[in-house]
Amino acid sequence: MWQRDGGQLFKKNFFFSFCVKRAVLRCLFVHFLLHSSYQLFVINPSFLCFRPALLREQHYQYLKKGLRHLSDAYECLDASRPWLCFWILHSLELLEEPIPTAVASDVCQFLARCQSPTGGFAGGPGQHAHLAPTYAAVNALCIIGTEEAYNVINREKLLDFLWSVKQPDGSFVMHVGGEVDVRSAYCAASVASLTNILTPKLFEDTTNWILSCQNWEGGLSGVPGLEAHGGYTFCGTAALVILGKEHMLDLKALLRWVVSRQMRFEGGFQGRCNKLVDGCYSFWQAGLLPLLHRALFKEGESELSRQRWMFEQQALQEYILLCCQNPAGGLLDKPGKSRDFYHTCYCLSGLSIAQHFGNMDLHHEMILGKEENRLAPTHPVYNICPEKVSQALQHFHRLVIPVFLDSNY
Amino acid sequence: MFFFYTVVLPPVLLDSTVNVKHLFIVLIGCILKVQPPKPLAKDRKEWADLEPVPQDDGPNPVVKIAYSEKFSDVYDYFRALLKNDERSDRAFALTAEAIELNAANYTVWHYRRVLLQALSKDLREEMRYITAIIEEQPKNYQVWHHRRMVVEWLNDPSEELEFIADILSQDAKNYHAWQHRQWVIQEYKLWDNELKFVENLLEDDVRNNSAWNQRHFVISHTTGFSDPAIVEREIQYCLSQIRKAPHNESAWNYLKGMLQDRGLSSPPGLLERVLELKETHCSPYLLAFLFDCYEDALENSNQKENVGEEERKDILRKALEICDLLANEKDTIRKEYWLFLGRSLENKSGSRGPSDKPPEPSDPASGQQEMS
Repeated sequence: MWQRDGGQLFKKNFFFSFCVKRAVLRCLFVHFLLHSSYQLFVINPSFLCFRPALLREQHYQYLKKGLRHLSDAYECLDASRPWLCFWILHSLELLEEPIPTAVASDVCQFLARCQSPTGGFAGGPGQHAHLAPTYAAVNALCIIGTEEAYNVINREKLLDFLWSVKQPDGSFVMHVGGEVDVRSAYCAASVASLTNILTPKLFEDTTNWILSCQNWEGGLSGVPGLEAHGGYTFCGTAALVILGKEHMLDLKALLRWVVSRQMRFEGGFQGRCNKLVDGCYSFWQAGLLPLLHRALFKEGESELSRQRWMFEQQALQEYILLCCQNPAGGLLDKPGKSRDFYHTCYCLSGLSIAQHFGNMDLHHEMILGKEENRLAPTHPVYNICPEKVSQALQHFHRLVIPVFLDSNY
Repeated sequence: MFFFYTVVLPPVLLDSTVNVKHLFIVLIGCILKVQPPKPLAKDRKEWADLEPVPQDDGPNPVVKIAYSEKFSDVYDYFRALLKNDERSDRAFALTAEAIELNAANYTVWHYRRVLLQALSKDLREEMRYITAIIEEQPKNYQVWHHRRMVVEWLNDPSEELEFIADILSQDAKNYHAWQHRQWVIQEYKLWDNELKFVENLLEDDVRNNSAWNQRHFVISHTTGFSDPAIVEREIQYCLSQIRKAPHNESAWNYLKGMLQDRGLSSPPGLLERVLELKETHCSPYLLAFLFDCYEDALENSNQKENVGEEERKDILRKALEICDLLANEKDTIRKEYWLFLGRSLENKSGSRGPSDKPPEPSDPASGQQEMS
């Protein structure tokens, strides 16, 4: 286990045997519980060397190929192609693999074709605009971060689109004629803040609507009344952070709920109480801890750690590296499941969160296994690299906020 | 099978050269749905007048999906219909084909709804259609939203509770199903039998957190949790479920969630009952609940003058003991959290001296900077 802070490297030998036993037990436990024993042979053999390896090269090849070509198994994601761009580009940026200029430009041109004439981005060329691919497209373009990328976004039309999906009660539908849930508020807040089209009026009553999604469990649900769920909790909390209103949540109850979602045996996170572990919650759930850390700090909490998030970072890294990697590249939900780009993105994002504590000024790393396992840090609100966030904000904040022309405004 | 009995079987029976072996082969074929493939739209006469629109991915596509011939064919014609805003029966039929190929295409669903209204289609039949689609693909957002629209148009929720119950019988935690159920119940005021429904589900699986959530939903929207008799009934219910399954986090969360607004120390004798349970049915959840009771007692003691300094110190000591126990032994995966809670509680109550303070792992030189 390597720990680095302030440039010094410490190797803690005595952790090895402890880590090994727990790591081996963890993987065996998951396999035993879920699958017949022959599946054990699929385990990443590096764990036997007691220093689990991130299969960088394999993941890179899987991602590189997917960015260009996908099999017909991906027909079911034909209405989510900007997502595929984001999942793959973000995974590559976490792996610190450069995006060739030509590829970046091709992505820009493709996403431009996904942009709707009425504003926002759709799941594919010719489809209707939808907040989820809009979020993904804007994030993907910010990862690319070139002038060409930023210029793809029609900000005036984007603002029109956001107004077109805004509801009187403060919520947003995902698309015109579509369903409401808290994801939409996050998608809207994310793109509006990054591209500098955010006005208080656009998010009037949104704060109260999101707050009404916090339930008796302490987490947030998709719509008021439902069960607390990791994905929705992340979306609601991150949206409130963007709006500067995260302090209005019952932070203590939320903290208790999310830390309780880490599985004591598997080390990964479950999405809801009494459900199974899933690699993607490595980001949706663990990603809440940095948000809460900062929120509590802003509320004057003096007893926060200066080195660690309030979840077991090592255990999460073990779960991801030992149980969530496909030997041929790509990451997954849990042993026995197939790889996909969504899980690749969110397992890697969660791994990054587990490796990096702090922010620009205060940074403490905990890399499980080889130093080569280190990923780039990710921004816990937007889930793209922090430099890309700053760069985008810098670019768009030089531009004027468009005025929404509507008789009601 | 309907196809077999009405279309395949009669001519086969009339053919004297056929024997039982042949019938058997045909029967198996029908079970396996071996049928001649439906011709592509481009080869069908009824589409001859329409020019298909290929997808515009540009000259250097990214995330290019290797669509099957069937998929490209259907969507090329769908794009043509959309471009012309054609409102016809053939368009309506094509939306079903497009949905079958990708039920997550929300543009197709939207168009289908436009057609349902423009062509005044039979909504009862649409209900049958959407029922079948949801049974096949119950974890898709679009299908449930579509069902909700049809129910709203018909203003008829009469099939909903039974349908959702059937979906839940296959996956008792399907989030979309529960969302639809809560919408139906709230919109059409169908509260009457829901608590019973929840209790049956909890009989099947006391760890079903979705059912516990539904319990909270029903009670908070009907009797509420203010009535002490209701609260007592719920406490009894929780404790009896806990006795049956002590390591069921849902039951403990429900107990806390129900009481937290009014204070965990408010129901008389609850702390004592929990301390009793600790002997025989202990769990990290029980210990956490005890911690919460003590923390709540400390918070409330600030307002009450009859709680002496000694008593406060004692409660604080017990609370911190539990924190240490959980952090170091009973719930070590949450060690960082329990240590934080202990430090935070101490700090708020300000009683332990600096020499007793459990040390944080030593900070690096740079560690004194504040997080910005």
